[in-house]
Amino acid sequence: MNRLIIWYGELLTQKKLIKRGALFLTPGMLWLMIFLVLPGLILILVSFAGRGAYGELVWDFGLANYKRLAGYGIFGWTADYIVILLRSVWVAFVTTGLAVVLSYPLCFFIARKPERSRYMWLMMVIIPFWTNMVIRTYSWFLILAPELPFAKLAACFKIISPGMGLYPSAFAVYLGMISMFLPFVALPLFSSVERMDWTLVEAAQDLYSSNIRIFMHAILPQTLPGLSVGVILTFVPAMGMFVVPDLLGGAKYMLVGNLIQQQFGASRDWAFGAAISMGLMVLTMFSLYLYRRKNKGMDLL
Amino acid sequence: MKKINLLVNTMAFGTMGFLYLPLMAVAFFSVNNTKYGLSWKGFTLDWYIKLFHNEVILQAAWNTLVLAVVSTLISTALGTALAIGMDRFPWPKKMNTALDLILHLPVIIPDIILAAALVVAFGFLRQVSSLFEPGLFSMIIGHITFQVAFVALVVRSRLISIGKDIEEAARDLYASTSYLLWKITLPLLMPGIIAGAMLAFTLSLDDFVISFFTAGPESVTLPLFIFAAVRRVVTPQIHALSTLVLFVTIILVFVMERFTRKLNTK
Repeated sequence: MNRLIIWYGELLTQKKLIKRGALFLTPGMLWLMIFLVLPGLILILVSFAGRGAYGELVWDFGLANYKRLAGYGIFGWTADYIVILLRSVWVAFVTTGLAVVLSYPLCFFIARKPERSRYMWLMMVIIPFWTNMVIRTYSWFLILAPELPFAKLAACFKIISPGMGLYPSAFAVYLGMISMFLPFVALPLFSSVERMDWTLVEAAQDLYSSNIRIFMHAILPQTLPGLSVGVILTFVPAMGMFVVPDLLGGAKYMLVGNLIQQQFGASRDWAFGAAISMGLMVLTMFSLYLYRRKNKGMDLL
Repeated sequence: MKKINLLVNTMAFGTMGFLYLPLMAVAFFSVNNTKYGLSWKGFTLDWYIKLFHNEVILQAAWNTLVLAVVSTLISTALGTALAIGMDRFPWPKKMNTALDLILHLPVIIPDIILAAALVVAFGFLRQVSSLFEPGLFSMIIGHITFQVAFVALVVRSRLISIGKDIEEAARDLYASTSYLLWKITLPLLMPGIIAGAMLAFTLSLDDFVISFFTAGPESVTLPLFIFAAVRRVVTPQIHALSTLVLFVTIILVFVMERFTRKLNTK
């Protein structure tokens, strides 16, 4: 420990250097320990506790909350919670997929613009990225309102009854989710598309390859780094989203985020809320793991 | 090929419309001269003027600003020290991996889980001190917790890009540790610190979930106010408020972009 070392052109003992390093690390790490790691561990503990009559925590350790999440209640088995969990995975999956499909043309379009206007188009994607999600969600109220042409058109085709709005509905949730997360995919994807080598695409075209093959072999491998960041940036928050389903789905299309919020809000059942959070965490991590495994396979292509 | 170009362009324009149509609708109806309904009744700026006479909204705006400024200042200091501590010292590899993991936690966990964890933790801390009642103090702590990670990541990438040569040269010329820190490292690092602080500030203004879970009745911020309002009834005044928030966002984004752009070309 008292060995002399040269670090950055300074001669000092190892002990002294480590002490100085700890001085820099401690405040920030202490903060993250107290308010991030410790609360996380407490949340895991609490998920095994119970709820008292007044919403207080009761320390009877057991799997009751997880059983309830799996659908076993006093009235027998129901699929309600499982349906909501699976639906959240599905919504996150569809949102990510459609956001990717819409992002590619957008990125190609921006990348081909001359330098000056490219910057402006890029800003057009960055602004929604930073706009508050409550505003971006409720703004769909207006577009989907019964007075506006979209709802009237839908009423014409007998999709909805006349005089009704297009929200709350599953359709509105998807619409809100995709527009919310599109910039989260498009921005990282663009950083890859911008650096793409287009001669590979041209070579593939010269060799009469089909459009699908051009995309799979010349475009996808080159843009995969940005795409991966975008997919993760979208999928993880989309799984836990509760503003969009709350405002645009109402009670008609609940997601796991709403379920968690209910337990910490109106129902005041922290223990069950903690158990649902654990479920969400496991599902998110599992999906990311699957994605990473699938990606490794893609690299082999 | 021409066909594909046309397809790409149409889809890109369609997507842009998809992103902006709702926001433009909000701005459009914020100058509509009617209290109810969505039919056009003429231009007015009344809703904007009324905004500035609404005590609740002014208080919410003030809370939002206090929350963002205080949390940004603290998280920037903590995050910068953390980044220097992680990058400039010879830690064993295992410890580096562990530090890295903790730093990435707020980035990869869904924010609702962080919010839930904070609610439970504050519930316990409340038994020790009444400071942890739901309210501005709790919100500031919550915001700092996710901001620290982002600031540290931004500052660390700047630390790596400026390299260690200049600091080593300073040491060779007998600079003391505090001289090195205040006169060499921090000035070199300043663009990274400012970029990190701006990111933290925007994240705080933008946050809804953490605030929603930790707020008390006295500490309503603008996003919370808008959320509560639109769940009851959507009024032109909310449109006006949202348009103003959007306007501030656009300005902030431009300032931030200008700055990072300048940083990267240097």
